[in-house]
Amino acid sequence: MPGISALRFNLRLGLVVLIFVLLLLPPVLNALPAGHPLRISDFVVAVTGKWICYAILALSIDLAWGYAGILSLGHGAFFALGGYAMGMHLMRMIGNRGVYGHPVLPDFMVFLGYKELPWYWLGFEYFPFAMLMALLVPGALAGLVGWLAFRSRITGVYLSIITQAMTYALMLAFFRNDMGFGGNNGFTDFKDLLGVPLNTPSARAGLYLAALGALLITLLISAYTVHSKFGRLLIAIRDAESRVRFLGYDVTAFKLFVFVLSAMMAGLAGALYVPIVGIINPGEFSPGNSIEAVVWVAFGGRGTLIGAILGAFSVNALKTWLTSFAPDLWLLVLGALFIIVTLFLPRGLIGLGWRRRS
Amino acid sequence: MADGALLLGEADALTGAPANAAGASPVRINNRVRAALRIALGRLQIVSPDPAERLRAADGILRSRSAQDLPLLDAALARETVPRIRERLVLAQGAARLASDDEALKRAGIESLGASGFEAARTVLLEARAGNAALAEAIDAAVARIDRQLAFRRAGELLFQGLSLGSVLLLAALGLAVTFGVMGVINMAHGEFVMLGAYTTFLVQEALRGTPLAPWALQLAVPAAFLVTALLGAAMERGLIRHLYGRPLETLLMTFGVGMVLQQSVRLIFGAQNREVSSPAWMQGTLMLPGEISVTQNRLWIIVFGIAVLLLVMAAIRFTRFGLDMRAVVQNRRIAATMGIRTGRVDALTFAFGSGIAGMAGVALSQIDNVSPNLGTGYIVDSFMVVVFGGVGSLAGTLIGALTLGVVNKLLEPYAGVVLAKVAVLVGIMLFIQRRPKGLFALKGRAADQ
Repeated sequence: MPGISALRFNLRLGLVVLIFVLLLLPPVLNALPAGHPLRISDFVVAVTGKWICYAILALSIDLAWGYAGILSLGHGAFFALGGYAMGMHLMRMIGNRGVYGHPVLPDFMVFLGYKELPWYWLGFEYFPFAMLMALLVPGALAGLVGWLAFRSRITGVYLSIITQAMTYALMLAFFRNDMGFGGNNGFTDFKDLLGVPLNTPSARAGLYLAALGALLITLLISAYTVHSKFGRLLIAIRDAESRVRFLGYDVTAFKLFVFVLSAMMAGLAGALYVPIVGIINPGEFSPGNSIEAVVWVAFGGRGTLIGAILGAFSVNALKTWLTSFAPDLWLLVLGALFIIVTLFLPRGLIGLGWRRRS
Repeated sequence: MADGALLLGEADALTGAPANAAGASPVRINNRVRAALRIALGRLQIVSPDPAERLRAADGILRSRSAQDLPLLDAALARETVPRIRERLVLAQGAARLASDDEALKRAGIESLGASGFEAARTVLLEARAGNAALAEAIDAAVARIDRQLAFRRAGELLFQGLSLGSVLLLAALGLAVTFGVMGVINMAHGEFVMLGAYTTFLVQEALRGTPLAPWALQLAVPAAFLVTALLGAAMERGLIRHLYGRPLETLLMTFGVGMVLQQSVRLIFGAQNREVSSPAWMQGTLMLPGEISVTQNRLWIIVFGIAVLLLVMAAIRFTRFGLDMRAVVQNRRIAATMGIRTGRVDALTFAFGSGIAGMAGVALSQIDNVSPNLGTGYIVDSFMVVVFGGVGSLAGTLIGALTLGVVNKLLEPYAGVVLAKVAVLVGIMLFIQRRPKGLFALKGRAADQ
């Protein structure tokens, strides 16, 4: 019935507007003078900014999993690669203010006895180049892995296992000191971005708003993608891949496109995340991170876009709240969440609200 | 000291004859005497009943490189049985022969050192090469002979390490071959079942500590671990997985959640630190295979255990009633049900069987890895790779896959390092499944989808 679907659309639009209005509050209220009853602390702004980056990551997973049926357990790796690209730029921006005061080499390279920058660090002193790499490197990796996997029709759990193995291998590689990415410790002690010191209120607000803008743009791109004819095809591939293939569509190309797009979104999220939290290390590649992000999407409701955003915020809010007083319990709760969502909430939080109507 | 005779108390120290101590002067101790005494004492210790002292003595003689020691060394070599000390003695004998003035004796030394195949013998030979220009040719030949032996031994040891890693992968992947390969259920908690098997070993060992059964703790842990993880597997299948059949991606997420809960529960109960599981005496030490290839006993036993478990699983599937039911349900669930097979019960038993195998793998891993809550995490990715590479649903594929991955990994490690070897193997598998998307031993079928 058109009436219900219009209502549903309006409800979703309303929810999106509500979320974005609420998300505008933290930086605005943070700007209030200290001591004001409505003032929000710097900590809340930083944490919410982090969650926005997670929401972009969740959105990218929903695009691949919720619509095209590609359950990637490698999106944490794409996120981390984007983060490392941004981290490399931030390291170069430290300049001679490092502990060793070397004008070009980051501290860890001086410490490890590097004489000059490795070739793959060239160009990262330019912000646009670093941003481009934050998108292109995850995109290229997803393109390669996806092309190899999709063309030999590796689907379902097999794809999940392959992407998880990729993540695992990357984690091992980034933990090595001689990779030239800071090994165990990764990158930290960043000073400034685009000439603005990172520890100032204006930098915090700027990063927050940049993340929020990126969330809006990625949501619009995703919404446009899934509501186009292309999006219909993605859903058809998700539900009956062979049938779409036999109808004459180039399934491999469609899946590859959405996988690469999704990986680039994850890379963007990582690039925004690093200046907000001020650190990136190989732990971000941990396979557990990728699968945790999948659960945000499942909890919020996959195949809805807005559900992914809701899921990222609600699970991370729960995590922040719970780990503040019972850190040991968090993994138990998260594990239970996996079980509850898959058994009792197949359509996630969003499904709760709309199941009765439809 | 009296008249040049050395007295010990009232007797002559050399002959033991009684002597008059009157007028004797005490031996003056100075550093030269001390040094001479220390060397003499060191040489005497070559006949000591304590192997550690003999080893030290042999080392001392090796360092001195003096032809005078030859009679002592020949006598000691004839008696010595401990391989490590024999090695030093052979070296010392060769070095001492080389230090003599007799050309024939020198040649004999070069010959014995060359035949020994020890890396240290190589150093001794190269050292002697400068002072013995006439013998250079013989020395070079001996060095080349040692190098050949060393290369052979290294290849043998590498192969053994590869087989050992392969058998570990085989153990970890066998359970998956049943649950994932045969049933098609993806169990991300498999690694945690392995971990629980290792903790069961720890508990059995603690429970039996001080009882007469204590030496049998490891053997008893095998059935115990099988039972614990099989029961848990059955409960998990009946309680959770059953509701998600036909939805593999949800099963993956759900079982991952179960794995997290299990891992965190163990961490809360036993603590995050490693638990000590001791090895029985028969699993400790190293064994020399022909060709001087040294292998550690525990790794050797794990290879044996891996093969035993594989045979057990094959036999269970081929020859038992349960195996017959299982194969019937896998081939055609509905027809099996019409034949009176209780498919639900078979599902539960199959999953319990696969989980139990994971538990037994945990017993083996407790002998070579740290028993900690994240023991299983390190193996899960590799195990899945083994199953995918070998071909889903094929036990022979699992065996070949595990051994291939283990050996290839170890062969690459000297050139590429541990991490890059892993990455290379992963890329290799990705490329391999381009050619054979269903793995090495694919089940034949004509369907486009499974």
